[in-house]
Amino acid sequence: MIDDSRVDADEYPEWSPLSIHDMTVAYHRRSVLWDIDYHAPPGQLVAIVGPNGSGKTTLIKASLDLVPKLSGGVRFFGKPYRQQRDRVAYVPQRGSVDWDFPVNALDVVTMGLYRKIGWCMPVTRKYRQMALDSLDRVGMAAYARRQISQLSGGQQQRVFLARALAQDAELYLMDEPFVGVDAATERAIISILHELRSAGKTALVVHHDLQTVKEYFDHVMLLNMRLVATGPTSDVFTPENLKKTFGGKLALLDQVGTRMSIGEGGK
Amino acid sequence: MTSLRKCFQSQWSTKELLLTIGFFIFIAVVLMADAASANEIGHDHPPSRRAAVNPSFGHVVRVLTLQDYNTRVVLLGTVLLGISGGIVGTFMLMRRRSLVGDVVGHTALPGIAVAFLVMEAISPGQGRWFPGLMMGAFIASLLGLVLTTLIRKYSRIREDAAMAIVLSIFFGFGIALFTIIQNIPTGNAAGLNHFIFGKAASLVAADVKFIGWSSLAVLVMSLLLFKEFALLCFDEDFATTQGWPVLILDLSLMLMVVTVGIVGVQSVGLLLVAAMFIIPAVAARFWSDRLLWMTIISAVLGGVSAALGVIASALVPRLSAGAIIVLMGTFFFVLSLILGTRRGVLRRWLIQLHLRRKTARLDLMRACYEYLEPLIIKANGRAASLMTKQTLEFNRLLGMRTWSRRRFNLALKLAGDADLIYSLSPTKFRLTETGANEARRVVRNHRLWELYLIHYADVAPSHVDRDADTIEHVLSADLITELNLLLAERFPHMTVPPSPHAIDPHIIESTEEPAASAVDP
Repeated sequence: MIDDSRVDADEYPEWSPLSIHDMTVAYHRRSVLWDIDYHAPPGQLVAIVGPNGSGKTTLIKASLDLVPKLSGGVRFFGKPYRQQRDRVAYVPQRGSVDWDFPVNALDVVTMGLYRKIGWCMPVTRKYRQMALDSLDRVGMAAYARRQISQLSGGQQQRVFLARALAQDAELYLMDEPFVGVDAATERAIISILHELRSAGKTALVVHHDLQTVKEYFDHVMLLNMRLVATGPTSDVFTPENLKKTFGGKLALLDQVGTRMSIGEGGK
Repeated sequence: MTSLRKCFQSQWSTKELLLTIGFFIFIAVVLMADAASANEIGHDHPPSRRAAVNPSFGHVVRVLTLQDYNTRVVLLGTVLLGISGGIVGTFMLMRRRSLVGDVVGHTALPGIAVAFLVMEAISPGQGRWFPGLMMGAFIASLLGLVLTTLIRKYSRIREDAAMAIVLSIFFGFGIALFTIIQNIPTGNAAGLNHFIFGKAASLVAADVKFIGWSSLAVLVMSLLLFKEFALLCFDEDFATTQGWPVLILDLSLMLMVVTVGIVGVQSVGLLLVAAMFIIPAVAARFWSDRLLWMTIISAVLGGVSAALGVIASALVPRLSAGAIIVLMGTFFFVLSLILGTRRGVLRRWLIQLHLRRKTARLDLMRACYEYLEPLIIKANGRAASLMTKQTLEFNRLLGMRTWSRRRFNLALKLAGDADLIYSLSPTKFRLTETGANEARRVVRNHRLWELYLIHYADVAPSHVDRDADTIEHVLSADLITELNLLLAERFPHMTVPPSPHAIDPHIIESTEEPAASAVDP
């Protein structure tokens, strides 16, 4: 209530798909995120990068009101999340659900449409077709009737992505979609991300693979409990900033640095 | 292979399940023994005892054709209860709250006791007013569930521990109150024990009406909110982000459990009521991979177990219906465990057997090809007839792989049965035309996969072989096509890509460059 009264167009501009202002989040008295201030650029692919435990997942979950914030506020397109649910789609980590659950791939994608279908209404053919179209976009139409435990990790990830696509949102928040997936899935996700960008949509993607950040993403957000740096990948994704983000893990950094320079030399 | 491995790692621990089932059987046996001993001690009429053992033919017919009004009433009520128990149990199992049924049953006891004491205090002698007792049970169970939720939310105690704590405390409190009630001079507590062990036969038309309405409410609610409950059980966080009121949905589920549980306490008893939720649901999981079908099967199993239990107890006097219902449920559970078409033990065993045989056959084919490979390379493309003309020796082939003689013999027998090879003598054999083609195909797939792993998955080449062995046998046809396309770009001249790692050196005479001299069509 207090938050609503001090909504400020400067702090939460309408052009930004996701504005975070002074957000602090803590679990069990240990703060995980401090004073995050961030405006996501519209129509861009943004990587959220940081070491383990740096609060990447927490940032997304706190924005979506899944974990409580100690202070600060979050707006989507200038308004609170509860007024913008239809414009935001969330792809949780694959490990967050029980893949042994008795549903097939199409059922899971249909769940993205439940909000449109509404209370107590059955899933009609129209919605099943919409879900099937989404599955087709990620190359999984042939697996629609397969029980989800019989899909590979990459295929499960694509099902989750299809569920988000079915929502037809404007902002996509994806938590580690590239973890433990095969090459085919990685390519499928990338092509979907490009499609989304061409359609003027925004995607914030928690990403762990430093080698591919430059190749895949326009913008980057370096996070380690606080916001280290944010901006276009070419400006921000520098060895100094990475050193600030990843701190003492220098051996790893040097390795990454070498690989990056090799990768650039090869191009 | 991954799908199969997942198949074997069942999500709910089988050991725990078996222990639970074992416990229920124990309770049922104790109850039956109790009923039998009561028969022996309490009654000095031999005829009634004989009737207990051998019901007359006329009696059996009367029960089975439901001529008896009382049997009809009890049957209807209990079957409705079984059906709604099966439905609610499915949601509970999927929500990983299998213990909720136990919590409801056990926490009902102090509720009943307190309600009795309060009603006795208001008007002595009227303590056994049924709706009052039910209300007490309902409130206590709801309190128990809310307490569980609060403990889980505000302490770091896990949900299962919270449930165990709440149900023990409530049950202990209830037992203490019952001891007090038994010692009140005015208290006529005789009927109260029915709630512990249950007495389906005591159901009257009014009770059945009550059960009927509750079951109908549960049925309608789960039909209307089926997709909402499914979403809640599968992915609570996603449901929250989509704006579904997760807390209200969760409370509705709890309300349904408490309603069915409390209604069930009277007929099945508060110790066994949990079984009516969980056994049909677990049994149904063996038959279906779709939540809707699983729920329907669970409801049917619950209903049928209840019907059989009531009929058995009507045929044999003093046999507790609750115990028989649970035993029937257990019977269906064991049947499902073995025969279930989705996850039954028999099906898994058959799949594994099939896979083992297929693996043995493919391994043999690959060994045959690698055996002949040096010659094929020398022949440089004119290999087709060569493969069927060359004699393979048992002992050299056996040494090519680490397989036991028994497994090797099995592979030979299977390949022989499939007309892939034919033997010339006990130690010598040749490939047939089909066999040669099969060997080429198998090796091609295998090497495609090896190359795929090396090029796309950063697997060290020395580690590839073993992985490829397992995955090769579950490659789907479309994946093979995709790999073929991928590799045709890279190796347009190859029909069988060369092995990326050296094959066992003493098999190949010319070990210098096995990879370079590929088969060139």
